[in-house]
Amino acid sequence: MRNIFTIAAVSVLSVTSALAENAPSDVAFEDGSVMASLTGSAGDAAAGRKTFMNRKQGNCLACHMNDDMPEQQFHGEVGPPLTGVGDRWEETELRGIVVNAKMMFEGTIMPAFYIDSGYERPLKKFDGKSILTAQQVEDVVAYLLTLKD
Amino acid sequence: MEFKTLLTNAAVVALSAGFASAQDDSILAVDGDVINTRAAAPAFAENLDTVYSGWHFRSGETQSLQMDDFENPAFVFVDQGIDLFDKVEGSEGKACASCHEDVVDFAGLRPALPRVENGELVTMENLVNECRTERMGAEPWKYTGGQMTAVTALIGLQSRGMSINVAVDGDAAPFFERGKDLYYQRVGQLDMACSNCHEDNYGVMIRADHLSQGQINGFPTYRLKNAKLNSAHARFKGCMKNIRATPFKVGGDEFKALELYLAARGNGLSVETPSVRN
Ligand code: HEC
Ligand code: HEC
Repeated sequence: MRNIFTIAAVSVLSVTSALAENAPSDVAFEDGSVMASLTGSAGDAAAGRKTFMNRKQGNCLACHMNDDMPEQQFHGEVGPPLTGVGDRWEETELRGIVVNAKMMFEGTIMPAFYIDSGYERPLKKFDGKSILTAQQVEDVVAYLLTLKD
Repeated sequence: MEFKTLLTNAAVVALSAGFASAQDDSILAVDGDVINTRAAAPAFAENLDTVYSGWHFRSGETQSLQMDDFENPAFVFVDQGIDLFDKVEGSEGKACASCHEDVVDFAGLRPALPRVENGELVTMENLVNECRTERMGAEPWKYTGGQMTAVTALIGLQSRGMSINVAVDGDAAPFFERGKDLYYQRVGQLDMACSNCHEDNYGVMIRADHLSQGQINGFPTYRLKNAKLNSAHARFKGCMKNIRATPFKVGGDEFKALELYLAARGNGLSVETPSVRN
């Protein structure tokens, strides 16, 4: 499965390499990780913090507690607390988890934030779209890396 | 690869630790009558030991609203249901009450629905609209509308305290299987199934919401959020939209099958209609 993804991604990459941004279908995984920045540059951690709590964007707080956000009243418990997550995972792993957590955690409830196909019956306005943009993914990854114990 | 499994296991441990809150152990009694809000899970629900009414996952304040019919805001609508039940409408000059003299005679109906009649799956809404169109010569009510929920609440109330006992075999088997498939099918941009939240994660918080098992023994349910009665299909629709999925049609085959499957997952719980939720 992972090999098919990689091969498809490589062939598309060569066509689109002129573009700075990796489209969702171009993202290559290695053991659940994504090696290169989706935008070609580092994300903005402050913007990532906002995306993390925004209910219409990451809404990560719906499922994860985060000690860095005491000002937010409700923290979910569906996934593990993300306090200190920047110590536990490498940047490339965090990128893989945010892009498509199912590549790291088989069968997980955690949504894939950077896929634009492969889901069933989306509401029309989300059809063919990813939950986050490449920039937002990089921002969130940059933010997660700041979460150190 | 080993690395990956190791980390997944670590996450699972963290998950089960978060699970401690779960449902509370209060007892629901309405005017002294105890309502069974927990029961041994039916054998087919192999991932559950015990089924719990959504009542257990609500705050003490919300819970108490349901313990006294004078405080239960749903009864405003039940009263409207009584008026609608007596109201003559349609070309035949009849009201529900013309044929059903005493609404109490409907005791026992709610626990057995939906059920199969002549090969078709029939919900309470279907039965009500069949009377309206076939026997009263009146327009059908909107499936999830206010008149419908008022009357289905009134009829459901007559069975309050009785055990849900929905048939899943025989004629019902294909509908049950369909409903089960839908329950476990991931949909929407968020790619989740009902089971992801209501079976795998009941008892934990998802942002400000305490996840329940998504039981339907209390429907139609009064929600503080919209201050009206909500039908089961309206709730299914809401959950699907939350995961950014195109909902199935209210009153359609998919939701009816899902209703049968969900109702049966609650076999053994008491009818709680009209319940109060947030
Ligand atoms: C609907 C629930 C849900 C949402 C929303 C969600 N996650 Fe997760 N997440 C999980 C679960 C559950 C796990 C544990 C993996 C598993 O399924 O075994 C997890 C695991 C993780 C991990 C690994 C944590 C560790 O300590 O091992 C990271 C990092 C993470 N999520 C980040 C995010 C970010 C960032 C977002 C938002 C952009 C997000 N999650 C949104 C449910 C969710
Ligand atoms: C992303 C999580 C999520 C998913 C997926 C989900 N729900 Fe829900 N559901 C909720 C939340 C949150 C509530 C409100 C709290 C509660 O009762 O669990 C709720 C409530 C309900 C209730 C009301 C329970 C009561 O006691 O009043 C029903 C019924 C229900 N859901 C059915 C479904 C069905 C059917 C599906 C699949 C089509 C589904 N849900 C998918 C999150 C979800």
